[in-house]
Amino acid sequence: MLNLFALQLLNGVQYGLLLFLIAAGLTLILGIMDVVNLGHGVLYMLGAFLMVSATAATGNFWLGLLLVLPATLLIGLVLERLLFRPLYARSHLDQVLATFGLVLAVTEVCRMIWGNSPLSVAMPTALSGSVPLIAGVQFPVYRLVIIGTGLAVALGLYLVIGHTRIGMRLRAGATHRGILSALGVDVGRLFALVFAFGAMLAGFAGAIVAPLLSVDTGMGEAVLITTFVVVVIGGIGSVRGAFVAALLVGSVDTLGRSFGPLMLAKIMDPATAAQAGRTLAPMLVYLLMAAILAVRPAGLFGRPA
Amino acid sequence: MARRDRLALALLALLLVLPLILGALGEGFMLGVATRILAFAIAALALDLVLGYGAMVSFGHAAYLGIGAYVTAILARTGVTEIMVQMLAAMAGAALFAAVTGAIGMRTRGIYFIMITLAFSQMAFFFFVSFSALGGDDGTQLAAGSSLLGTRALASTTGLYLFTVTLLAVLYVLARRLTDSRFGRMLMGTRENMVRMRAIGVSPFPFRLTAYVISAAVTSLAGVIMANQAGFVSPALMNWHRSGELIVFVVLGGPGTLVGPIIGAIAAMSFEEGLAALTQHWRLGFGLVLIAAALRPKGWWR
Repeated sequence: MLNLFALQLLNGVQYGLLLFLIAAGLTLILGIMDVVNLGHGVLYMLGAFLMVSATAATGNFWLGLLLVLPATLLIGLVLERLLFRPLYARSHLDQVLATFGLVLAVTEVCRMIWGNSPLSVAMPTALSGSVPLIAGVQFPVYRLVIIGTGLAVALGLYLVIGHTRIGMRLRAGATHRGILSALGVDVGRLFALVFAFGAMLAGFAGAIVAPLLSVDTGMGEAVLITTFVVVVIGGIGSVRGAFVAALLVGSVDTLGRSFGPLMLAKIMDPATAAQAGRTLAPMLVYLLMAAILAVRPAGLFGRPA
Repeated sequence: MARRDRLALALLALLLVLPLILGALGEGFMLGVATRILAFAIAALALDLVLGYGAMVSFGHAAYLGIGAYVTAILARTGVTEIMVQMLAAMAGAALFAAVTGAIGMRTRGIYFIMITLAFSQMAFFFFVSFSALGGDDGTQLAAGSSLLGTRALASTTGLYLFTVTLLAVLYVLARRLTDSRFGRMLMGTRENMVRMRAIGVSPFPFRLTAYVISAAVTSLAGVIMANQAGFVSPALMNWHRSGELIVFVVLGGPGTLVGPIIGAIAAMSFEEGLAALTQHWRLGFGLVLIAAALRPKGWWR
């Protein structure tokens, strides 16, 4: 029982860190540029689809990944220039409209290129085994690598945002855009950089998840909403908040799905518990969000409005 | 009578003779599609109450469509087919969900509100997706079509269509009276300047929450119609895309006008249906139109 718990907790952490890779970019775009970007999930989906094609073309997972990263960075730069730059000065409503249109259009283009049926990417052989953890629990190496990668990205972001000049400008840009611009910082280029970097992180998340999940046109949407939950719980604009919230959401979701029915079976008959567990588990993260926002409307690490 | 009300009256007249026109053209089967489009128009009208008059961008109104449809399906299964009862129950269910989630959401502003309404509607979506007694992901057949005051008036396509037109007209008049009332002016006050409202001694919260609950209840009526029109209810009705579409209808038609969102819904849905008939890749065209609409030069229309 304890072993199963440890295993599921690790799975939850892995899912959480994947969410963090996507949420980090989204929260920066939201917090610093004040743009509602419904299209962020699309970048994750594009990362996965490009990974399918890149690994097929090169026959190698690592070469594929090496191609996907600059590709999604470039897509981010182009999107920022063509679509998002004119949107900065618009209302949230216009942003919702434009990025919703982006979701519809890009998803359809992916459907035209890659079709409707789920695709997959082979796991690199070097990472396809599993390792023994505590007390005989086996855990897949690939998932461990995702955990390590997520932690490394988190640490990197923490250092860049907290301890470098560009990070200082980012933080200043979030609250005092005008003054920063007057000080001679090219805010437009800073924004473009942040956007493209966020796009690349989302694309990276899509690429590394491709060997684990089936790649299809629905994958961006499912993740987008959960990512929004993460960003809202953490507090918009806070990468630290996104990190904590992503781990929280990942663990609560995974543990809820595996242990919810078991817990419910202690207070009701098994058949009812199984049904109630299945119904309640997907709602857990939203209940978590509601509870946290009822106490802290600006999220865990957000600035109160 | 204001220009927009004359416009609404002209539109209503056109809608009333539409069955005759379609019949003459031999396109009578289109009446079912028209009913569906008008149900979306009802939802767009309802969304305008909060979006246009209260500046609350709700990205979760699809949930209320779904609640209305599922209440209809559940009642039909238990033998309650009277549409008046179904509509009251749908409104009660939607109002309850809106009161709880709205009260939490209203503690937040701007982007937070957009995302919270989105998240709460996803919660409702997943609830019905995993509710296997109601067919789960696959949805469920409506056990029996609704009756109107004990008659089978809604059984025919034309009957349901005319009922929907009447409902839309009644709701339009009620919504107009609401926005013209003292309540409506208070709501618009919170839209323009929340701080000023507080300064003159008005707490915005009750006005905003009441508007949100009313909007949700009216939206659920659209769900009741949709369940009857399709004879089928599924979670797809409360997919977040639907919420996005409703916002699109309101914004394209002109928020804060009531008649605009109705026209927006009819125009956009007709465009969608037409495009879908032409190509399976209609979403690409629709998406590009939305992007163009959002990036339009200011003052280009409206």
